[in-house]
Amino acid sequence: MNSFFKKNGPLISTYFIIAIVFWLIFLIIIPQLYMLDLSFRPNLPPLLRGGSDDVHTLVHYKHFIFGSESSEDTYNFVDIGVFVNTIYTAILVTIINLCFCYPIAFYMAKIANPNAARLLIISLIIPFWINELLRSFALRILFASEGVINNILLGTGLIDSGINFIAQDIALYTGLTYAYILLMIFPLYNALESLDTNQLEAAKDLGSSTFRTHWRIVIPHAKAGIASGCTMVFMLTAGALATPIVLSSPNTYWFTQLIYQWFNMNDNWSRGAAYSILLLSVSVVFVLLMMRLFKVKIGEIIR
Amino acid sequence: MSADVELQNISVTFGSFFAAKNVSVKIEKGEFFSFLGPSGCGKTTLLRAISGFLDPSEGKVLIGGQDMAGIGPNKRPTSLIFQNLALFPLMSVSDNIVFSLEVRGVSKNKRKKRADELLELIALSGQGEKKVHELSGGQRQRVAIARALAIEPEVLLLDEPLSALDLKLRQKMRTELRAIQKRVGITFIYITHDQGEALTMSDRVAVMNEGELEQVGLCDDVYNLPNTPFVATFVGENNPFYAKVLSVEKDLVKVETQGYTFLATTGKINKQKNYSFSKGDEVLMFIRPESIFIKNENTTLDNMFTAKVNTVEFEGNLKNIYLKINSGMNVRFSVPNAVDTNELMNNKEVKLTFSSKKAIVLPKGALAVD
Repeated sequence: MNSFFKKNGPLISTYFIIAIVFWLIFLIIIPQLYMLDLSFRPNLPPLLRGGSDDVHTLVHYKHFIFGSESSEDTYNFVDIGVFVNTIYTAILVTIINLCFCYPIAFYMAKIANPNAARLLIISLIIPFWINELLRSFALRILFASEGVINNILLGTGLIDSGINFIAQDIALYTGLTYAYILLMIFPLYNALESLDTNQLEAAKDLGSSTFRTHWRIVIPHAKAGIASGCTMVFMLTAGALATPIVLSSPNTYWFTQLIYQWFNMNDNWSRGAAYSILLLSVSVVFVLLMMRLFKVKIGEIIR
Repeated sequence: MSADVELQNISVTFGSFFAAKNVSVKIEKGEFFSFLGPSGCGKTTLLRAISGFLDPSEGKVLIGGQDMAGIGPNKRPTSLIFQNLALFPLMSVSDNIVFSLEVRGVSKNKRKKRADELLELIALSGQGEKKVHELSGGQRQRVAIARALAIEPEVLLLDEPLSALDLKLRQKMRTELRAIQKRVGITFIYITHDQGEALTMSDRVAVMNEGELEQVGLCDDVYNLPNTPFVATFVGENNPFYAKVLSVEKDLVKVETQGYTFLATTGKINKQKNYSFSKGDEVLMFIRPESIFIKNENTTLDNMFTAKVNTVEFEGNLKNIYLKINSGMNVRFSVPNAVDTNELMNNKEVKLTFSSKKAIVLPKGALAVD
C-alpha cells in the first residue's frame, strides 16, 4: 500500500482506491447481494414486505425444479428444458465461434503483414458500432423466408423451395455467434501474437505438418487466450437477450427471456432473481469445470 | 550421412533491394563452413534460402547434388538452429529433442531411446524430464543442437546461435560445437557477425558484404591474405593507409604515404592470382596492429616511420597504443600486456617498424565501418 502511494502520488492513488472500491461495492457486490437475498424471499405485494410473511424461502428454486403446485407434471419440464437448451446452445455457439475465430486470429497475428492486420481489425470492429438490436434485425431480414439469402439460393437454383432459417434456429446460431465474435478474436489474437514466430518455423523445419504444429505448439501456447475467449463468449451468449428475442424461432425460448418475463411481465422480481442466480451459478460452475479440465488458471485468463 | 551444398548464382531481391546478389559457393561434405559479415549483409537470407524458408529470386540451391526448388523446409535434409533457439517452452527437454521423430510417427519407445542417446551426446543424461526454462543458457544451446540432430540431417544450419550467450560460455560452446561437428561428421553451415567465432570453428569462411561474397577461403588465408579492403578491415583489426604506387617489382610494391616510402606485398584477387599495379595507382596499404613494433636495436624491419603517442588502451592480454602520424592520420599497434609501456607518454615521439611481408597492398575500395 505504502509503495503504491509512493509510486503513483497521493492524488492518483486516492482516486484509484475510491474508484475501485466504489465500482466493486456499489456496482457489483451490493446489487448482486440484493438479488441473492431477493431470490430467497416470497413474492409479496409492497404493503406486506418486511412483514411477518417476508421470510427466507426456497419457493422460487422449488418452482424451477417442480413447477407450480397446480401443474400435474412431477418436474417443471418447460423451464428446465429451456435452461438446458440455453446452456447447450451457448456451448455450441462458443465452439462454433472458436472454430470460426481461431483461423482469423491466427492470420491476423502471424501471417498478415501489419497493415493488412490493422485493416482486418478495423473491419471487424466497425460493424459493432451498430447496436445489437439493429444487427439482429438486419440478420432477420437476411434470413427471412423471402429474405436475401433465400432469394439468392432460389435464384441460382441451388434449392427448390425456401429454407426456413428462423424456424430451424440457424438465424439464432448465426446471430449469437456473430454477436460476440470480437470477444473471441481479441483474446485469441493477443495470445497468438505473443507466440515466437521462430517456433512455427522450427516446427516446420523439424518436419511438422501445419495441423500438428497447431496442435502441439500453437494451441498449447494460446490455451489461456482460448479459455479467456470461450469463457466470455459462453457467459455472454448464455446471458444474451436481444438476439434471441429477435432471431429465435417461435418454439425456442432463451432462459433470459424467462427471467425477463418474471421481472417485467409477471411482476415477480424474486422469481426473476432466483432464475438469474441459477443461470449465473451454473455458468460459473461450467466455466470453472472447463478451466479445471483444460488446466488453465484464472490468472492466466486475465493475462 | 552428410551432403554438400552448392549455391549457384543465388540472388534474393525484396523490391529493388538486393539481399543477396549473385552468390555462388560450394560447401563440401562434412565441412564446417561459416558465412561472416556485418548485420544486414545477407547472410541470414542465404541461410533461409538453404533451409527452404525463402525462395531465391534467381539461382539454384543444390543439396547433395539435388535441386531444392519447390521443396519445403520440412522436406529438406537440413536442420536449422535459430538465433533464439526456438525451443518449445511447454514441452519437456526430451519431447523437444525428439519432436522431429514424433511428427514422423516414430513409436514412443523408439523416441525415448533416441532421446536418451542424444541427451548423452550433449552430456545432459537424466535431465530429459525437465522443462526448457529449468536449464542454463549453455544447456539450452545443447538441447537445440540435439533437437536439430535427432532426425540425422545431412546439413546443419546455425543462425548465430551463440550470440545471446556471455563471453565465457560462448568460448566454451565454440569448442563444443566444433567437437560435436567432428563427432557427427555432417556439414555445418554457420552464420555469424563475430569473426572470432568464425575463425575458431570453421574449416572455411565466406566473408559477405551488402549481399555479395567478398572472399571465400581458409581461415588463415582470409586473415593473412584478404582479397578486398572490406575483408582486410572487417576480419580482425587493420591500419589502412591511402597510398600511391611508386614502383612495382615482382610481388613487392613500393608505395608513398604520409610522407614515407614503404615496401609492401601485392595483395591477391583470389587464391591463384595477384592484383597488378602500375606506377601512380591510388591504392590502400594495410598493416595489422600486431605487426607493428617499436624500433630498437633488436627489432628493425624493412619499413620505418615515426608517430606521436595519443592514448594507451588496456585490453587485458594486449595493450593497444593509438598514435598520430603527421598529426593527421591515426595508427594503432598492439603489444602483449607484459611489455612495459610506461615510457609511451602522451605526445611522445616513437620510432616504429614493420615488415614488408606483413603489409598488403590492395586497390582502393569500401572499408568495413569501424
